[in-house]
Amino acid sequence: MQTLRFRHTARRRLSGRKDKAIIGVVASGDLEVLLERVLPEAACEVDIATPLRGYDETWKAVVAEFVERSSPGGLRISINDGGARPDTVYLRLMQGASLMEAV
Amino acid sequence: MMEDVATSDTASWFQATARQRLAGLLDANSFTEFLGPSERVQSPHLHLFDVPSAFDDGVVVGRGKLDGKDVLVAAQEGQFMGGTFAEVSGAKLVGLVRAARDHRNLPQTVLLLMDSGGVRLQEGNAGELAVAELMRAIVQARCAGVTVIALVGGRAGAFGGAGLTTATCARVAVSEQGRIAVSGPEVIETNKGVEEFDASDKALVWSTDGGKNRRLLGGADAFAEDSMEGFRAAAKALMANVPPFDLKTMQGEHERLATRQTRFGACDDAVSMWRVLGIREPEAIRDMDSKDFTGLANSIKETNHDAR
Repeated sequence: MQTLRFRHTARRRLSGRKDKAIIGVVASGDLEVLLERVLPEAACEVDIATPLRGYDETWKAVVAEFVERSSPGGLRISINDGGARPDTVYLRLMQGASLMEAV
Repeated sequence: MMEDVATSDTASWFQATARQRLAGLLDANSFTEFLGPSERVQSPHLHLFDVPSAFDDGVVVGRGKLDGKDVLVAAQEGQFMGGTFAEVSGAKLVGLVRAARDHRNLPQTVLLLMDSGGVRLQEGNAGELAVAELMRAIVQARCAGVTVIALVGGRAGAFGGAGLTTATCARVAVSEQGRIAVSGPEVIETNKGVEEFDASDKALVWSTDGGKNRRLLGGADAFAEDSMEGFRAAAKALMANVPPFDLKTMQGEHERLATRQTRFGACDDAVSMWRVLGIREPEAIRDMDSKDFTGLANSIKETNHDAR
């Protein structure tokens, strides 16, 4: 297993009140994303556990794009990966952020 | 919005995840999870095999309401490691049933949303033990007056220990897509030869292991449409009518199984068993819709009994 951690400073706190959410399943080609509102305002941490090695740059790019797009300030995001493609990862992250934005 | 579509009344149970099934089955916003994903009670073994873990180890347990009635629930996630029984996933199931057995103040109805291929190979011993402990806990809980109901309609079906667990429950609901068995088709073919069971013959496999056959033979007590509302309706109906778990019920069960062996012993496939049951056009069952099939199944005396 490879673990990766990315730390970002988002533009602002993610709106909404939900304190945690989970989306996706650790199935082949899919992943689960656990989002918890536990960090200070603009901080965002993404922890990834993946069985596939060597995709560090791809993960980095997808996470950076997600942070840029949705500004998930205050979230610690934990991922168990089942070998998902980058587009699936991005989709799950966006779905997770939208769950957290619920009032 | 996306969640709403996946958990609406007409959404497919078969396609849904364990969490979506719970959301679709239970009354809105009534579910409280025990040992949720944030607690990160994951498998301590999978990383040794370079296999990813899940935050809930593939089993979601908690309590909620079904049609206003308090229930304990456990849902296996068939898409994660085939919904398998392992150290953590097994302990969650066993703990839930034991809690119902020991604590009168907890809901005295347990719904098990089965979706499992059996024991997780990477955690074989722990998984086998979990199945044995779960079956024992179900029997003890039923003796203590707890109602335990299995709902089977997931992708992985209920095989191996999940098939055994299902058979231990007081009541069973199954959909057409839900399969209940112990050894899977490939396992039977490998051990007994293709003459015994041809695993590549999908029509044969589905007619044998599939929900319609299980319902007609009395292995399941209700036939559910493959939807949230289908399983909700089936669970409600089953909860309303649970036989006592006593010596008489057990003797009735033994008698039923002995009769089944005598009556169907010479049959070599499901269709020939359906003919013995007195069904006039057994070949038509495959294409029958849920409504017609439910009517037919309810009309057959042998299919409907209190023994399990």
